[in-house]
Amino acid sequence: MTQHNRAIFQPSGQIQFGIFFQGVNSGTIWKAAEAGSQTDFESFRHIVQTAERGKFAAFFLGEGLRLREHLGRPHALDVVGRPDAQTMLAALAAVTTNIGLVATQNTTYNDPADLAHRLSSLDLISGGRAAWNVVTTDNAWTGANFRRGGYLDHADRYKHAEAFVETAKRIWDSWETSSGPARRVLHEGQHYTVDVTPRLPRSAQYRPVLFQAGDSPEGRDFAARQADVIFSAHPKFDDAVEFRRDIVARSVAAGRGANAVQIMPASEFILAATDQEAQEKKAWVRSLQIGPQQAIAYLEQFWGRELSSYDPDGPLPEIDPVVEETSETRGSGFHGAKARQLADQWRAEAKDKGLTIRQFVTSKTARIDATFTGSYTAVADHLAEYARVGAVDGFNISPWLIPTGLDEIVNHLVPELQDRGVYPMEYRGTTLRENLGLETPVRSDEAVRA
Amino acid sequence: MSNAEKAGFLAIELDGAGYENLARTVLAAESAGFHVATFKDAPEAGRANALQRAAFAGPVTRTIAVVPEVDTVYTEPFHISTQLASLDYVSGGRAGWIATAVEAPEAAAAVGRSYVEGDALAQEAAASIEVGRRLWDSWEDDAVIRDVATGRYIDVDKLHYVDFETPEDFHGAAYSVKGPSIIPRPLQGQLPVLAAASLVGEGLVPADAVDAVLVTAPTAELLAGEVRDVRARLGAGVAIVAELDVVLNARGQAAASRSVAAQGDRAGFVGSAAGLAELLDSLLREADGVRLHPAVLDVELEELSRRVLPELRRRGSLRPPIQDGTFRDVLGLGPAENRYSTSAAAIAAAGK
Repeated sequence: MTQHNRAIFQPSGQIQFGIFFQGVNSGTIWKAAEAGSQTDFESFRHIVQTAERGKFAAFFLGEGLRLREHLGRPHALDVVGRPDAQTMLAALAAVTTNIGLVATQNTTYNDPADLAHRLSSLDLISGGRAAWNVVTTDNAWTGANFRRGGYLDHADRYKHAEAFVETAKRIWDSWETSSGPARRVLHEGQHYTVDVTPRLPRSAQYRPVLFQAGDSPEGRDFAARQADVIFSAHPKFDDAVEFRRDIVARSVAAGRGANAVQIMPASEFILAATDQEAQEKKAWVRSLQIGPQQAIAYLEQFWGRELSSYDPDGPLPEIDPVVEETSETRGSGFHGAKARQLADQWRAEAKDKGLTIRQFVTSKTARIDATFTGSYTAVADHLAEYARVGAVDGFNISPWLIPTGLDEIVNHLVPELQDRGVYPMEYRGTTLRENLGLETPVRSDEAVRA
Repeated sequence: MSNAEKAGFLAIELDGAGYENLARTVLAAESAGFHVATFKDAPEAGRANALQRAAFAGPVTRTIAVVPEVDTVYTEPFHISTQLASLDYVSGGRAGWIATAVEAPEAAAAVGRSYVEGDALAQEAAASIEVGRRLWDSWEDDAVIRDVATGRYIDVDKLHYVDFETPEDFHGAAYSVKGPSIIPRPLQGQLPVLAAASLVGEGLVPADAVDAVLVTAPTAELLAGEVRDVRARLGAGVAIVAELDVVLNARGQAAASRSVAAQGDRAGFVGSAAGLAELLDSLLREADGVRLHPAVLDVELEELSRRVLPELRRRGSLRPPIQDGTFRDVLGLGPAENRYSTSAAAIAAAGK
């Protein structure tokens, strides 16, 4: 192997795909005749087997531990209600052979010993294909579903998450050989204590791959220290290049190689045989993602009051928001928005651009930066450029249609990318770590010394 | 008594399959005619999470029920409710839950909780089962409406907050669960819940919280009597599953020579396939089902498949497996009523 400076980033010249079966929110359209079940196993089987046919590296499932609410009741207008990630992935392991299985799991409302054990189980059951997408929450509103309730300050969430991840890594490190013996793992922290003799050996890929999605400076540093892959929010070319530069710098600063952390931005693909057809399809997809009721409901979340008397095809409401009711407790991530100020700003913006409520909300919610629209060949050319400069290691695709939303990507886009030599023709191996081209972790000094 | 009435079901513990031979073994159990596969989850080195093993078994089978043990003491009731509901989806309505109450200081230390023992164990189990059942009902069956005209994916009136709170005399740390569930109602409405008979009854887990109990006795001879006693104690509403360790003459070796010391207080059978068929035939006249714990899974399963289950079928003491049936079907349970049902409430109100 050629020696190179580990501090210098080397583009692989390749991109890979992951698939994110969202199961909630407005990105997945449900009003089309082709929209299938969000819970039947057959929907998941179809998607994951299609992805595997297209040599996708990973299949992602999200997690939300409390239903999103709207004006004090569960939000009614979007897709909602999804299976537990690890349970579904364990089942999908039985009907797939190569694709990675990524479970989003929360560090705030799990116990490290229990979660590490379940992730080990998934990793062993799947023959070394498991990954954990580490997410945090400090939200007491979510805590209402759990024994501990809300207990974590917003400022402490990454500190807590990092201690959690490090404890999980020590648990996965604890077996000396594949047949044991296991070292006891102790952790005494501010929020929890762990005293466990781990029960499971290392898997074929050593331990589950770690994904992380935080985008704040703190979140990026956390990822640079701990993660194998970042599920990023920067798919647009220039942003992606800049994000790569930033993560490389942070990884090197954290004492890891420049290529140690891979990047897969969230993305959406709207494809057709020609650019024009793709644009027409996009208009159709958007009209189903944000219908008239969703447009009004979106504003209601910020206004904190009912706005159903307003015309979705008319201007934004002149009435002012009820400020005190617009809090962060509804599970929609509107932290600290100053509602009245925001309303003024939005009214001005909509008036300036001549947008109706529905047009305005579509412009706010559609993943404009994350959407690749065009003909199969044009999009393939564009993605090949990402591969050439190493802007990303791949894209994590959220299909807007379940269960057939991957079909055209696998049937038409993947072969175009393969023709350009920027996408795998075959899986490199049977573990996720092999297929992503990640290095096998070295057993920690602590575990070796223990 | 007709054959149909005395016919019962057979369950088999698949712990011995580990995670590497799972698909092959659960298929063999299904082909043999077992109605139920169970997955042990006590903390021991090498054992992978039972619920995930059951989930893996779901899509490779289509008739056998997949029923993991899931602890109620050191787990989050909200998580396990979601996981079990998900298991029901991936198995096409063939999931169940053996609710256990782990009594081990190590299990407490692992998650940094106080050690729970004695009466408090049944309280934890009862609370977790109640949370699970409320959450499963928290979406009515027809909550997903996909009504394009009004733009509503769900009918919010058919989702319900469960607002569970632990009772005042709860020994452990009090907690509450808000709900609703993050997954729609399971395919079976309510998964059948099983528990050890010793955990169920007056002052323990209420009998009406479980669908079946697992009954043990020190010897096979005492098992039928114990089944009768438990039935008298808990009433006809709870199905009875007798627990039996099994070592058979197999592969040219006498069972007695393969037999290891009995574990715990579970009755064991050591001997010929014909002898076991005789015992099971008589047990199935008393119990609704019998769960077998094979000494060596592969070895016993082969003998059970070739000699024991065919003999029981010939005698009419085994219920035919129900193709594409649910675990509720196996237990003879009807559709699960929903405690929050608005349509039922509307019908009741109209009747007044």
